[in-house]
Amino acid sequence: MKYQSQKIALAYFAVAMALFAVQVTMGLVLGWVYVSPNFLSELLPFNILRMLHTNSLIVWLLCGFFGAAYFLIPEEAEREMHSTKLAYLQLLILVVGTAGVVVTYMFNLFEGNWLLGKEGREFIEQPKWVKAGIVVAALIFLYNVTMTVLKGKKTAITNILLLGLWGLALLFLFSFYNPDNLSLDKMYWWYIVHLWVEGVWELIMASILAYLMLKLTGVDREVVEKWLYVIVAAALFSGILGTGHHYYWIGTPGYWQWIGSIFSSLEVVPFFAMMAFAFVMVWKGRRDHPNKAALLWSLGCATLAFFGAGVWGFLHTLHGVNFYSHGTQITAAHGHLAFFGAYVSLNLAIFTYAMPILKGRDPYNQVLNMVSFWLMAGGMTFMTFVLTFAGTLQTHLQRVNGEYFMDVQDQLALFYWMRFGSGLAVVLGALLFIYAIWMPRKEVIEPGETAEVPAE
Amino acid sequence: MARTPARAEPHGALDELPGELLMWVLIISELLVFGAGLAAFLGVRLTDPSGFAEAQDHLHRTGAALNTLVLVTSGFLAARALGLRQVGRRALARWHLGAAMLLGVVFLWIKGAEYADKAAQGIGIETHPFFMFYYLLTGFHAAHVIAGIVVLGLVAIWDDAHNIEVGAAFWHMVDLVWVLLFPVIYLLA
Repeated sequence: MKYQSQKIALAYFAVAMALFAVQVTMGLVLGWVYVSPNFLSELLPFNILRMLHTNSLIVWLLCGFFGAAYFLIPEEAEREMHSTKLAYLQLLILVVGTAGVVVTYMFNLFEGNWLLGKEGREFIEQPKWVKAGIVVAALIFLYNVTMTVLKGKKTAITNILLLGLWGLALLFLFSFYNPDNLSLDKMYWWYIVHLWVEGVWELIMASILAYLMLKLTGVDREVVEKWLYVIVAAALFSGILGTGHHYYWIGTPGYWQWIGSIFSSLEVVPFFAMMAFAFVMVWKGRRDHPNKAALLWSLGCATLAFFGAGVWGFLHTLHGVNFYSHGTQITAAHGHLAFFGAYVSLNLAIFTYAMPILKGRDPYNQVLNMVSFWLMAGGMTFMTFVLTFAGTLQTHLQRVNGEYFMDVQDQLALFYWMRFGSGLAVVLGALLFIYAIWMPRKEVIEPGETAEVPAE
Repeated sequence: MARTPARAEPHGALDELPGELLMWVLIISELLVFGAGLAAFLGVRLTDPSGFAEAQDHLHRTGAALNTLVLVTSGFLAARALGLRQVGRRALARWHLGAAMLLGVVFLWIKGAEYADKAAQGIGIETHPFFMFYYLLTGFHAAHVIAGIVVLGLVAIWDDAHNIEVGAAFWHMVDLVWVLLFPVIYLLA
């Protein structure tokens, strides 16, 4: 670790991994509700569990991105972060907001209250005060990193990362706009949901992946940057108008079906490019980096993102197909592998790479970490196949034959059992990962300035 | 942006591309999008040949043919500008770029007249699938003409030969797309 302020990342990664554990545990509980629908139905109904599952996912991924930024920006800009205090203040706001969200959801506090009650819009259910907190935290973050980069060296990696993070923060502002017209509501809602994960997050992903490739393979920076620009161009070209693939059935004009189908079909291109990039860099690279687990996660990330986001996305993106498959388990299959491949694996890759450096030790527990990769990746891939088959069957029974939703659900029980099993593998993998990252205490750990308590 | 510094070792065939790698990425992406749009147009046309033929009769074939001439001439001028700049005739190169831009404006003017005429007839984007594709494809194309005029203006100001080459490449793509759209949308019976 060259710069003291990189240490900030440690706190962010700790929070991220704690929430990661919460997220997958909630996922497992949800998987159980699918096979045993009355489980917890009084105490924690399915919709609340699902909110916790998706919200904690998003928050931990964001914490991971922020942590990654705090880790790599000092190194790229070749200077300390503008302010360490602000970075911890930002984290504090995020943690308080998250805690507030969890409590509000679980006990349904202040229902209907403009400021304090949950808002009930999928993924952006947070009460207004939490949303405001997120904006303040984002502003603090952007101020901090932008000042650092402006005063330091500017590289393609930091430029793209900043572009992605600025976009992320600005697009979130649409969460404050809640028109009465449901079609308009959904239209703006996708500005956040789609333009995050299929737009600006891809920039963040590409830049972090580029940083990892640079460090792990030792390929020339110019080569990495050239790839990075091409990937980013392809992502924005396809992703922005690709938003149209969410506008098929929400009441927007019919031409969106073609705009959405055509542009979103091309969204597979940046993901293919990222996969090609990662493998070409490894082949070209001459560096034999000791952190093999980080390399495995990086390659796994690029590959699973290509399949989960690219291929499984394309599977149901054409409006003629989506007319039948919309909102079935096919969507769930795509959602799981896309998020796991693109953003979860990316975060786990940068954690695996950065944690030994942050803790000032050699990359221990490589084998455990790699086992956790195969457990999680295997479990998630199996889950994706299972849900894809379930979704195909569901599409036929429900949309073609016209059977009732709940009758169809009964017929899918076998798939839901298998999904629970694969979920169990993912949770075990996640816990193993966290253990592999944090547990070895035999080594002398460099005492940081921040008394950081490991999450697990 | 992504230009390879001279000292970097060659990275293969990509470095032999004229102009800028990213421009070629953009050009290929654009061709894919317009190609897919035309394929979709032809596909949907199969489901309703007579409706498409009837709708097509509302188009101005002469105006569109004239526009083809305008745009191809404009592309020729942009290509000449690069040649002139390479032999150091900067002022003349700039005049050529200016003329190319002017023809771009002429194209838009003719196109605008066509749109206005459609609007006067009460034809909109949701009138018929034919017109949906017509407006999407020609509208996207017209947006690229506007962008192309801006690009030509920029490379006329910052006029080193490399920039002009990149700008002209974009302009030729706009040309090419029109040459594909014109026969398929306006002429194909």
